[in-house]
Amino acid sequence: MVPTTYYLILSAVLFTLGALGVVLRRNVLIIFMSVEMMLNAVNLTFAALARHFLQLHGQIFVLMAMAVAAAEVAVGLAIVMAVVRHKDSTNIQDMNLLKG
Amino acid sequence: MFLFIIFSLIAIVAAAGVILSRRPIYSALFLLVNFATLAALYIMLQAQFLAVVQVIVYGGAIVVLFLFVVMLLGGGELTDIRDARRPGADASRPLSQRLRWPQIAALGLAVLLLAAVGYGLFTGQLNPVQGDAATFGQGSVQAIGSVLYTDYLLPFELASILLLVGMIGAVVLARPAE
Repeated sequence: MVPTTYYLILSAVLFTLGALGVVLRRNVLIIFMSVEMMLNAVNLTFAALARHFLQLHGQIFVLMAMAVAAAEVAVGLAIVMAVVRHKDSTNIQDMNLLKG
Repeated sequence: MFLFIIFSLIAIVAAAGVILSRRPIYSALFLLVNFATLAALYIMLQAQFLAVVQVIVYGGAIVVLFLFVVMLLGGGELTDIRDARRPGADASRPLSQRLRWPQIAALGLAVLLLAAVGYGLFTGQLNPVQGDAATFGQGSVQAIGSVLYTDYLLPFELASILLLVGMIGAVVLARPAE
């Protein structure tokens, strides 16, 4: 039986890698993938703690997070496609409409 | 413990591959490896239903959606593919130059993942455990379903509305402007 701490450490590492991807990369699609990776890392935390406390609520929460992630990806990729069609670039630096 | 180390190693290398690949399509495929590894970890956590849903929703739907969008947009980084299609441009180079690091990493990760899953299935380490985790319901479909349709009925219904709104939003947003 693997200790819950190890799962939490792995989840933290994956979350950090996703956050690094969001900060370092310029391609909007890769940034989106990194966000998905962070979401998955948090899901792993929920599942690990659900086993730790022997309660199913954590797993139900993961299911809900997956439903939200599916809707988020559909809408997010539609937004990305609309913006890329408008700007003709996937570089996040070109998307500066809200810059003051 | 051994399986956990192997799976976490694959997950971390795949995550690094996502953020280090130069082309979005390689990133999407590394993301698929990452999701598959997390499904294996869910099985080790006695969450079998979550593992199946992870493969279906993330591996089957979300990564495929990413691949569709990457191929629709191209990302402006497809020049190497055109070079490779030119006859004789690629075949003359030795194999070590034709294989770049994402391909080598992907091959290694895939072999490692298959070997680890095979080892886990063969030794029975990925099977549902007995004992105290049996009171946990082992994350089985029955246990999840009975909780989902009693205590969490309202969030479940709200999730369906959320998915409907997401679908309509995607259709409206992706439509070309008149």
